Amino acid sequence: MEGNIKLINDDGLRLDGRAFNEMRPIKIQTGVIEKADGSAFIEWGANKIIVAVYVREAYPKHTQNMDRAIVKARYNMAGFSVEERKRPGPDRRTMEISKVVSEALSSAIILEKLPRVEIDVFIEVLEADAGTRIASLTASSVAVADAGVPMRDLVVGCTAGKADGRVVLDLSKDEDNYGQADIPMAILPRTGKVVLLQIDGDVSEEEFDQATSMMMNAMKDISKIQRDALMSKYSIEDGE
Amino acid sequence: MPMDSNAVISEIKKGFILDSIKKGKRIDGRSLTDFREIKITENFIPKACGSAMVELGKTKVVAGIKIEEGTPFPDSPESGVMALNIELLPMAFPTFESGPPSEQAIEYSRVVDRGIRESNVIDTSKLVIEPGEKVWMVYIDIDVLNYDGNIIDACTLAAVSALKNAIVPASKYGGEDFKLPVNALPVSVTMAKIGDELVCDPDLEEEQVSNGRITVTMAEDNHIHAMQKGDVGEFSLDEIRKAIKTSSDIGSKIREKYLR
Amino acid sequence: MKCLETKEIVYPGDKIELNDLKPRNGLYESNSEYFSEYFGVIQRGDKFVDIAPFNSPYLPRVNDKIIGKIMDIGPTMWTVDINSPYYSLLHINDTPWHVNAGDLERYLNVGDFIYAKISQSNEIRESWVSMKEPGMKKLETGQIIAVKPPKVPRVIGKGGNMINLIKNETNTKIIVGQNGFIWIDGDIENVNMAINAIKIVEKEAHTIGLTDRMAEYFKKLKGEN
Repeated sequence: MEGNIKLINDDGLRLDGRAFNEMRPIKIQTGVIEKADGSAFIEWGANKIIVAVYVREAYPKHTQNMDRAIVKARYNMAGFSVEERKRPGPDRRTMEISKVVSEALSSAIILEKLPRVEIDVFIEVLEADAGTRIASLTASSVAVADAGVPMRDLVVGCTAGKADGRVVLDLSKDEDNYGQADIPMAILPRTGKVVLLQIDGDVSEEEFDQATSMMMNAMKDISKIQRDALMSKYSIEDGE
Repeated sequence: MPMDSNAVISEIKKGFILDSIKKGKRIDGRSLTDFREIKITENFIPKACGSAMVELGKTKVVAGIKIEEGTPFPDSPESGVMALNIELLPMAFPTFESGPPSEQAIEYSRVVDRGIRESNVIDTSKLVIEPGEKVWMVYIDIDVLNYDGNIIDACTLAAVSALKNAIVPASKYGGEDFKLPVNALPVSVTMAKIGDELVCDPDLEEEQVSNGRITVTMAEDNHIHAMQKGDVGEFSLDEIRKAIKTSSDIGSKIREKYLR
Repeated sequence: MKCLETKEIVYPGDKIELNDLKPRNGLYESNSEYFSEYFGVIQRGDKFVDIAPFNSPYLPRVNDKIIGKIMDIGPTMWTVDINSPYYSLLHINDTPWHVNAGDLERYLNVGDFIYAKISQSNEIRESWVSMKEPGMKKLETGQIIAVKPPKVPRVIGKGGNMINLIKNETNTKIIVGQNGFIWIDGDIENVNMAINAIKIVEKEAHTIGLTDRMAEYFKKLKGEN
């Protein structure tokens, strides 16, 4: 397949018209699932993902940890979310994503404050269009904050990758399919520490540095979107 | 299953709901036959072949349709395939669990499926590509995102709305895309028996105090295409006739307002 | 339309300047600097800095008077939902009644609400409630609503001025549990009016001048009728 599709044109623009360091538009909304303690809906390009958080005693009782909370993210894809209908239920890919997302969130949450508790983070991908794990994590972190769980920081993520041999930000579906590498990453913005990182493909050290610096920049904007999403629920207009 | 406060209705709330209904009123101000506010967002999932989000009060569901080529069942070689599946997502309610579908999810799926199948919304004989070899498979998947009662009616509305805007992606297989032919617009009306009354579109708390539920699905022909008495409780034949009449009246209004 | 004046808003991980005050609730320390644990507002008192979260789960505290819902019945104890991730327990000896083991349903059943006090809690947040104090009781009539636990002080108001305003204006009886469950009793229309008022207070809790605005709200409501 490689080489058959030209991902970057002669003007240096990508198939969807973006520059190499340009993100797709991101929109986040909180308080979307009424029954949940916290929730968020993210639209990241054509990705549509909904996250609900429940904070409760772990059950059954023998699963409780006496010193700290347990974080259990469950990433699931709707049957209609992808090109070929997805059979319901977990598979190896969704289980891996659930694990790395749980672990990234665990770094941000002050787990010792909530002994014996399980923080369930239910992630439903309604429409998938490359980069769902990072979009899920970015939304999950907002949903956890919306639930009022104590956190050290709001985890934020981004992806970079390679298309036509060039480092680009926030891979599109085509770039993900036909490009040479995919690099999802998430950090705690206050310290800049990395809490999720995966690479799939072929990346030189130099390219890695380019990718991370591009992502670090983009994540500043995404953090802002996360904060605005939290605040929008509390912006009150005087109904005179 | 873990305990959860949402799954237990309080005694004082129960008394309040029952007293109100005795007086012919519901605690949210609806009449006995009123539905909650209905909001339908068609094409919510542009990448699916057809889709719709339905909000019925606070109950929220998304239906998405995938249409793919496949082989027909050996016993019906000249007919396409339709499959409908409802997922009660654990995010929708504290006692919904991950894992294989519960009895509840399967019952709801089958009731919604029958209403659509038996009113011939899709004429499966028109979904044959090569008899005995290749047919169109229509998968209707419905995610329940927030549960506040009456999943069956929300899911039927979502499935029918999604089918209405579905496109068969024949160009992917070398043909030409075409609109999925839709022959009927069935509407299900679910009623809960509370005290001696039947109330339409019960919310969660009403379901929790009810003694039985009855669903009647009818299409434009005003014939019954699916019916289901569910949950523990008893109905007289007169009550069932009344339920059919109500479904016919209310169902046609919903069809005119939301599906036409 | 104008935006109402709000207090200083912070997000998890935001650095908090102490300005010679001592850090108290909702801040964590790292390399001798302090950061917010919540999405909330900064409250600077005479001595302490607190972060008041917009939302946080209720955590049982001894002596809190709470409203609880009976969830389960054992041989000698009831399990009580206290609007918290953690369940609490009520032992038969901590009730105003003489209850025999195995005969608990006769007094409190699943789905009943009680007004009780947290009598004990430990470091893993297990807790016990008691109904032995005066005023503690089973709530037989009325309505229960839930507000976010951090909004409770605002619903009560300074010296009870907000809740008294709502009680007087709506002619209802109200008990505010410190866990966020609120009991309201009275005529249905009055109860609904009180519920609407409490929901406004909950939503606008982080704004300044709320008590005056609520007084104004009731004035208008009366004027319309």
